[in-house]
Amino acid sequence: MNKSAFHKKLLAGPYLVWMIGFTVIPLLLIAWYGFTARDGSFTLENVTAIRTPEHLKALGLSLALSLTCTGVCLLLAYPLAMILKGSGLGKKGFIVFIFILPMWMNFLLRTYAWLNLLDDGGILFQICKRLGLPTVSLVGTNTAIVLGMVYNYLPFMVLPLYNVLVKIDENVINAARDLGANSFQVFYKVILPLSFPGIVSGITMVFVPSLTTFAISDLLGARKILLIGNIIEQEFSTANNWHLGSGLSLVLMVFILISMAALSHYDKNGEGTSF
Amino acid sequence: MKTSMVELQHITKSYDGQMILDDLNLDIFENSFVTLLGPSGCGKTTTLRIIGGFEAPDKGKVLIEGRDITSVPAYKRPLNTVFQKYALFTHMNIEENIAFGLKIKNKSRQYIKDKIAYALKLVNLEGYEKRMPDSLSGGQQQRIAIARAIVNEPKVLLLDEPLGALDLKLRQDMQYELIRMKKELGITFVYVTHDQEEALTMSDHIVVMNQGYIQQQGSPETIYNEPENAFVADFIGDSNIMGATFIQDELVEIFGKRFACVDKGFGVNKPVDVVIRPEDVDLLPEGEGTLDGVVTHLIFKGVHYEMEVQAGGFEWLVHSTDLFPVGSKVSIHVDPFDIQIMNKPASEDEEALGVHE
Amino acid sequence: MKKLKSLFSGLYLTLTFIFLYLPILTLIVFSFNDGKGSRWKGFSLRWYEDLFESRVIMDALSNTLIIALAAALIATVIGTLTCIGINSLKGAPKAVYMALNNIPLLNSDLVTGLSLMLVFITIGWKFGYSTILAAHITFNIPYVILSVMPKLRQTGKAPYEAAIDLGATPVKAFMKIVFPELVPGILSGFLLAFTMSLDDFIITYFTRGAGINTLSTLIYSEVRKGIKPTMNALSTLMFISVLVLLVIVNLRPSGKKEKN
Repeated sequence: MNKSAFHKKLLAGPYLVWMIGFTVIPLLLIAWYGFTARDGSFTLENVTAIRTPEHLKALGLSLALSLTCTGVCLLLAYPLAMILKGSGLGKKGFIVFIFILPMWMNFLLRTYAWLNLLDDGGILFQICKRLGLPTVSLVGTNTAIVLGMVYNYLPFMVLPLYNVLVKIDENVINAARDLGANSFQVFYKVILPLSFPGIVSGITMVFVPSLTTFAISDLLGARKILLIGNIIEQEFSTANNWHLGSGLSLVLMVFILISMAALSHYDKNGEGTSF
Repeated sequence: MKTSMVELQHITKSYDGQMILDDLNLDIFENSFVTLLGPSGCGKTTTLRIIGGFEAPDKGKVLIEGRDITSVPAYKRPLNTVFQKYALFTHMNIEENIAFGLKIKNKSRQYIKDKIAYALKLVNLEGYEKRMPDSLSGGQQQRIAIARAIVNEPKVLLLDEPLGALDLKLRQDMQYELIRMKKELGITFVYVTHDQEEALTMSDHIVVMNQGYIQQQGSPETIYNEPENAFVADFIGDSNIMGATFIQDELVEIFGKRFACVDKGFGVNKPVDVVIRPEDVDLLPEGEGTLDGVVTHLIFKGVHYEMEVQAGGFEWLVHSTDLFPVGSKVSIHVDPFDIQIMNKPASEDEEALGVHE
Repeated sequence: MKKLKSLFSGLYLTLTFIFLYLPILTLIVFSFNDGKGSRWKGFSLRWYEDLFESRVIMDALSNTLIIALAAALIATVIGTLTCIGINSLKGAPKAVYMALNNIPLLNSDLVTGLSLMLVFITIGWKFGYSTILAAHITFNIPYVILSVMPKLRQTGKAPYEAAIDLGATPVKAFMKIVFPELVPGILSGFLLAFTMSLDDFIITYFTRGAGINTLSTLIYSEVRKGIKPTMNALSTLMFISVLVLLVIVNLRPSGKKEKN
């Protein structure tokens, strides 16, 4: 038995090597680039470069838009998850299916589809015009970017929420009612706290990609709006300043780490994993 | 005439520096029903898993029919296990579950078919061949687990708290079933439980364990009537255990009153422990017995009344068919042969060791 | 009151589905448009004809499918074996291992993609198929592990030990007893990994070499010139085929009664 237990442990070995090669070392490399200048000497300039007005503005806008997106997703997804829990659609496979299916239509194409809908002379534009409503083009506005983010990341909020909500024992809710709690109190004092792990993992899965996106802002921002993701991407692809790009990435990672740390307070078991 | 089936010699086992079993020696005789009894964490399940081959002992030997099998892997040992929560293979039907071991041994199709029929008959579940395990009740799943083990004709059947998940009535029915199967199969059963009633009902031989040591072993009658130490007395059935002084042979002083007893050889004026079973405490009208007291609690238990009597500064537990209302003044009498004298352990550790030399 | 509630629920669900599927519906509709842009010019199949003649799109499609399939397969094998390994670890090593495994999930795609690009450049690994594949495997394995691990934990040790007890060797006991219990987790891990690979843009963008395109990167480069409805046509075909496939799988009368 001891021998075979040892053999089993060996199975964890290859991926450990893989993780060191493709996860740990890459991150260390970003740190190395971030803290060195082109001549290889140590510098903090790449990191402190976040203080230039251009970068600060992009970071601020990224934070504002991603927080808005996360908030909107949470507000939309919570009632949705509650309804799904209560509905006969309870077969988990079906619900995952509904929310995963759009992913088979390419991410960029889905986002591009919103251009068709929102653009000057786009479909919504035409409908509004025909109905005699005021027409506006949203393309190139923050609203369009938030819309694109919400559209892309909503499933990542709904699924973890749904997963924790269906696991709540109906008798716990009945017990709360029995003890005299009204619907609002049942929700506020029982359901909401029990669903924290789902909320935490939903927030993580929406906030991180929306904070760092550059594709959505590229498409729906009509390249007028620069988010921090766009700036980092440009440092690497066009400006060719990897040191600056790495330095800014480090700053971005710090923001992600801070938000994780703040959230981990509510998800002590780390059980809120999504799928 | 008794031949040894399973022998454990000087078995020692610890996990993460914590001693689970310490120099355990145990002889299990052929065709006996042996129960390892004790509270959780006493080492009984570890002992069973060492016999089954799921744990290797740090030191010591496991012998079956005199052959050392300590280093034989579990799948080559001539014994089978009935697991705590059945451990049926949920993706196979009943037939496939039972046939699993036989197929591995490449038995013929006809042989397997006959064996399945025989095993299902033995456990009273004929006609269940095609059912899936999770469509069965807990009791039925348990029977299938037994059937799956016994078709392999093990020399020893290991049962790890097999009735723990069943409700009371079913548990009692299954106890009789197990005794019947044991008789029909004529093989050795090693049974692990924390339920003393189960142990007393089914076993030929009980091994009481605590903190990795064997406290006492013997027939159910011996274990119940003549516990060797306070742990055994306390664990098996209800009992009144109290400190006393052994005045001389056949005389003991309990709470300042002298009681006649049958024990000898505990010395003179020595502190000892005394066990008196609640059904052995006789209540007489005040002044007629040895120790006077007052009834403080009364519960009707069906067969008898359960009373608590405050006497000599001790709460005596008393079972009696006679009713003495709360508040009535009574006198306690105990027949000499109902008083069980035990050596007082000098320390907690010694208590665990079961030292009584 | 109850009626009102269910009315509201129904409305809410409908609006959500419209929100989720409206863009997809417009893509599908406009794949049949006899013209570019968002004005309907009449029904036509010309974009579908263009699609099958376009070498560039067909290459990108085959790249995408091959990479997604290979990455998902390799990740599923490594992930499943790793789960068994992790399961036999205890305490601190296990916690550290799981924390490392979570990094790609919590790290943004941007940082994952960039950091992998830096590694490939540093060690001089030539950008191409292999770099995209390595990157995709890296972000896929955590999804597989998260899908398989709960199944493994749920299966527990007991059935495995029971099989050993009945005479099966450890390898046989695993293959016959534990593995079948893991299959649903392994399948969903594979599907999840495949879907993530298929839909990935950012990581592929940073780890691909010049001249190699997946659908994502091809679309991204086309955005600047305006995406031709050929892409709509391709996506429509992919979407419909997946839809049909999944409906068949879900409607197929299952042999065994499922019980949760």
